[in-house]
Amino acid sequence: MNVLEVGGMSSAQFSSLAIVTAAVLFLLAFLAHTVEWASLRAVPVRAGGGAASVDDGHDGARLRSDMFARLGLFATLIAAAAQLAGVVFRGIAAQRAPWGNMYEFVTSAMLFAVLAYLVWALRGRMRWLGIFITALIAVGDGLAATVFYVSVGPLVPALHSVWFLIHILAALISGAALNVGGLASIGYLLRARAERKGTVDRGYVARLPRSEVIDTFAYRLHAFAFPVWTFTVAAGAIWAEYAWGRFWGWDPKETWALITWVIYAGYLHARATAGWRGRNAAIIALVGVGSFWFNFIGINLFVTGLHSYAGV
Amino acid sequence: MGAGLRWVWTQITSMRTALLLLFLLALTAIPGSFIPQESVTPIRVSDFAKAHPLLNRIYQPLGFYHVYTSPWFSAVYLLLFLSLIGCILPRIGVYVRALRTPPPRMPSRLNRLPESASHPVTGSEDAVAAATEWLRRNRYRQVRRDAGEVPGISAERGYLREFGNLLFHISAIFVLVGVAITNLYGYKGTSQVVVGEGFSNTITQYDAFHAGPMVNVDRLNPFTLILKRFLVAFETGPVQTGAAREFDATVQVTADGSTTTRDLQVNHPLTIDGTKVHLLAHGYAVHVTIRDGQGNVAFSGPVVFQPVDTNFKSLGVIKVPDARPQRLAFQGFFLPTAVIDTQQGPHSVFPDALNPRVFLNVWSGPPAAASGVPENVFTLNTTGLTQVKKGNDLLRIELAPGQSYTLPNHLGSISFDGWSRWAGLQISRTPGLWLTVGSIGAAVLGLCLSLFMRPRRLWIRFLRQADGTMLAEAGGLDRADARTGLSDDVRGLVAAATGSDPEGIEVRSRGWADPVTPPRTLAEHQSSDAGVLDTTESADDAPAGAQEEAKK
Ligand code: HEM
Repeated sequence: MNVLEVGGMSSAQFSSLAIVTAAVLFLLAFLAHTVEWASLRAVPVRAGGGAASVDDGHDGARLRSDMFARLGLFATLIAAAAQLAGVVFRGIAAQRAPWGNMYEFVTSAMLFAVLAYLVWALRGRMRWLGIFITALIAVGDGLAATVFYVSVGPLVPALHSVWFLIHILAALISGAALNVGGLASIGYLLRARAERKGTVDRGYVARLPRSEVIDTFAYRLHAFAFPVWTFTVAAGAIWAEYAWGRFWGWDPKETWALITWVIYAGYLHARATAGWRGRNAAIIALVGVGSFWFNFIGINLFVTGLHSYAGV
Repeated sequence: MGAGLRWVWTQITSMRTALLLLFLLALTAIPGSFIPQESVTPIRVSDFAKAHPLLNRIYQPLGFYHVYTSPWFSAVYLLLFLSLIGCILPRIGVYVRALRTPPPRMPSRLNRLPESASHPVTGSEDAVAAATEWLRRNRYRQVRRDAGEVPGISAERGYLREFGNLLFHISAIFVLVGVAITNLYGYKGTSQVVVGEGFSNTITQYDAFHAGPMVNVDRLNPFTLILKRFLVAFETGPVQTGAAREFDATVQVTADGSTTTRDLQVNHPLTIDGTKVHLLAHGYAVHVTIRDGQGNVAFSGPVVFQPVDTNFKSLGVIKVPDARPQRLAFQGFFLPTAVIDTQQGPHSVFPDALNPRVFLNVWSGPPAAASGVPENVFTLNTTGLTQVKKGNDLLRIELAPGQSYTLPNHLGSISFDGWSRWAGLQISRTPGLWLTVGSIGAAVLGLCLSLFMRPRRLWIRFLRQADGTMLAEAGGLDRADARTGLSDDVRGLVAAATGSDPEGIEVRSRGWADPVTPPRTLAEHQSSDAGVLDTTESADDAPAGAQEEAKK
């Protein structure tokens, strides 16, 4: 089955090794970000940003924090490359798109999530997300490599469909955006609480952008993700129509896709409703992410349905 | 009464109610994903009811076994859609009026707008014409708003945002209409067709059938098909051993007087005159020949067995009511790849037929008159029958293909001639499908418009300075969340009008400049027609949102 050999390994072995490497690197990146943030615990924000060079006795901590921030981002970059290699070689090994089971879904979703993060981190001011993202992916990859791992195999006939590929691709893209959006919502809640208490002048919350900026960022992610998620559910229904002869059958997986969708529709409405903007909307977004993950993993593990095909 | 009704209507159509109903919908959908549902897995429902009698006493009356057709779930989504209609209909009127209303009047102080800029006119061209041209190129609707000697333009764009929002919500209604049409005018049934045999689309040929109330079940659209060939392949490698790999059926379809040979696969249904045929399941049929005690062939042919595990151990019943002097019945199982060990007894270890065997018990009894009551072909009613023994033990026959067995007491004989596959076909009509699919497409389009369009207003005017030169003054306002690029538009407009380099133009932002959003209230939301700025010629004439921000 394996056409390609990398350094004496089959592409399947190489893929597994790359994912494990990525998991370790994400963990290291997470630790680096933890040090970065911990260093800032007692450090006040400098008036006038970096330009003022009054030594307030915290320069050592600032330097350390900066160094570990860069280290974290650097580790994330290499980890992302390893993740990409892992996913690509999995596809080469299986000679199909690598989206046939839980292991493959999770590793691909993590790839999309880290790419989404890197786009914003390298372009602008969203590096503060690093600690959340790396934690999420270290856990995701760790679970994938230990609990979900299955060897390479071909797809069962029910998955032989372009609509399936479209469905999964859309799910991965919207899933990545929803997850980053959820992490941003956590950042928003932290920052907004500090702003209410008036404690935004020191520590890590000082390094977060203003709560309105995070809120807008989170909204953009969700606004992008929601139509894609809508499309994901629709493409899934079309595929189900081909595979099972009904576009909707209240299978647990379908039901939770709809529940997730309705929660995010609620999020968008909440933002347009007085008294629900900001904090409540952010909480709804987190409920949405919870529902997304429950559907992604919980349903396959705890509930039997047609979608259990994915095999853990 | 009238006031009370109006109050109820106001409540139902408020955004808060919509929000509440959305969460209720999510919440009420949850139980159905954990509790077995009659429409999805009827067998698990009865198993569950037997295993949990206490829960059953709660679930049964509450309709927890059919959540998605239960009164409470239906109430939530019907209320939601009522709310939606009540919410959207008035907004259509508002929208149409907004389309006909020219862009709003000029605020007296443009520098109170979220983004503003001013710059002397340097170019020699006509500045107003240049501004007009820029606005036209950037797809703004515009109208001249001269105030005495001061030429000015009001411009607006992004009308498609509200259009998208309306399109989305209206499409949501039509998704439901499509589903309703399918439920009323559609039907769906299944039939297990053995290779070499056929199916014709009449109600009697279905194993299971469900039709909407508007379907005339005596006049299903006529066609017949014959299952010519059915190829099934399983994974034999070490990974996922036994997983299905390929299903490929060749069928001969006769419809409208013409016969064609077509290919039917999983994920590739056939469409015959708008009726769809899906390949959903497969299994084994056991071919037997049964001779009775008088030596006559009492039965011959394939009998469909039902798979019960992933390795296709299949259960079945062979009824031979015509055997004489005693009628006969056989009950047992078929194993495609049989292995017998002392612990598990006979079982199958692979789904393909590598070592097929049948194991049967035998029943006999005096002939019974046909009762006319339809009987389940997969279960054996043993009244009037006794199980045949061999010595003191119950008789159990094990046969490989080609083998036969002579029954004791001159009851006759059975021979296992071989096996073939059957294909589980689903035949269905879903007349509302295209409306549903089309509406979903329209909904996604509407969503994209609603979320990505940037409704925006710009104003520009040209003030003559004391020294005779002209000063262009412009400002802009975004009318939706989280939009970017307002300052670029203001800068671009001023640069075009004054004939200067955009780099040299400084745009002033007031507080909620990008990417911070203007606060929006419910009141503003509900009155969000074209008139947000209509009162802005009064003394303190910043837009409503700006005032609120200033108060903070
Ligand atoms: C089936 C139920 C519904 C779904 C799935 C749904 C979904 C959505 C979505 C996704 C948006 C976001 C579009 C945007 O932000 O521009 C939205 C906006 C909106 N919805 Fe709904 N909606 C539903 C029911 C309702 C109901 C019952 C109402 C009336 C109370 C309503 C009124 C609105 C309004 C006014 C907006 C525009 C908000 C804005 O201007 O930002 N919707 N809806």
